[in-house]
Amino acid sequence: MFEHYLSLFVRAVFVENMALAFFLGMCTFLAISKKVQTALGLGIAVVVVLTITVPVNNLILHNLLDEGALAWTGIPALEALDMRFLGLLCYIGVIAAMVQILEMTLDRYVPALYNALGIFLPLITVNCAILGGVLFMVERHYTFGESVVFGFGSGVGWALAIVLLAAIREKLKYSDVPDGLKGLGITFIVVGLMSLGFMSFAGVQL
Amino acid sequence: MAEAKVKDVLFRPIFNDNPIALQILGICSALAITTTMQTTLTMCLAVIFVMTLSNFFISAIRTHVPANIRIIVQMTIITSLVIVVDQFLQAYAYDISRQLSVFVGLIITNCIILGRAEAFAMSNPPMLSAVDGFGNALGYSIVLVFVGICRELFGSGTLMGVEILRPITEGGWYYTNGLMLLPPSAFFLIGAFIWMLRAWKTEQVEEQPFEIAPNTRTSEAF
Repeated sequence: MFEHYLSLFVRAVFVENMALAFFLGMCTFLAISKKVQTALGLGIAVVVVLTITVPVNNLILHNLLDEGALAWTGIPALEALDMRFLGLLCYIGVIAAMVQILEMTLDRYVPALYNALGIFLPLITVNCAILGGVLFMVERHYTFGESVVFGFGSGVGWALAIVLLAAIREKLKYSDVPDGLKGLGITFIVVGLMSLGFMSFAGVQL
Repeated sequence: MAEAKVKDVLFRPIFNDNPIALQILGICSALAITTTMQTTLTMCLAVIFVMTLSNFFISAIRTHVPANIRIIVQMTIITSLVIVVDQFLQAYAYDISRQLSVFVGLIITNCIILGRAEAFAMSNPPMLSAVDGFGNALGYSIVLVFVGICRELFGSGTLMGVEILRPITEGGWYYTNGLMLLPPSAFFLIGAFIWMLRAWKTEQVEEQPFEIAPNTRTSEAF
């Protein structure tokens, strides 16, 4: 059992890296990776939000939306109900609400962390890595335990990728890049090379 | 005057203010699905549909929505439109819907849509906003189609599933470039697209924070 979770975790971090293999969360990935410090803050925020939202959405899917999931209510009319078409609306709602609640909780109880993450938390609602993680969980039929591991793992993978990119871009400032490639262009090519590097994890089996 | 403005709103985002190449919006969900032209075009049509209508509806109710809940309202409108697209694809093009997998749902978090809703639709009348949505979706599609053509043509020698370059494996002459089918190639292609665009429209070149002095003596460099 433990080995299964470990292999799921390693796969989520390296082999199926959210940013470098599926291009998820690219906008924030490219826009907020100029400094390692801020990249780290954003990375931690993504890990926290993914670890919470993926399992919560898993519970919602299996207890409310899935075909026959409402059987626990005991109302016959609800037993055959299949509400998976409402999925997208629910997931995005849960993500937005979770981010809001997390923001308020952190503000009240852990002000130090709130100040560190502050501006990044609201941004995370529209980060596709979060919704992507949730949709992958739905598509691959993960159980609750697996979804916790998968959420955490894919968050760590994304954080790792953005910190690495920020470190490269800090050094990139000192290199002489052709005019048309300056800024965004060269960043794309660097991300491509990083993604090529991460592909070598593809054969890893645990 | 009014006509010129509509034209401007429609065509500016295509090359002068391209959402992907200049505004860094909407790179997220698009790149993984450009391996074949068929999925690319489906994605483009879906984004054009969602974006034109979402900009229109958001603009139509912009004066009735309180500022502090506007993001949720915008998200709800966008999500409803995406659900329509998703259900439509599942009903009429199930194979493509399987190939696109989670990426149809990810149109919701495509930052172009929310970005244009926030930046344009909230302060302009409905028709003009719809035109802006259409124009930006076109700008996005152009990059996507460029990447899609390169990847499918050089990666598997076909376009829309029709054989153009006959690969060696089937007795032809073209040795397929496997790299084009892998995710990293999309990054290189977009990088190249941005380079070409900026070589053409030089005012888009980004300023360096400082100038690098040329090396005069090699001994100084070490």
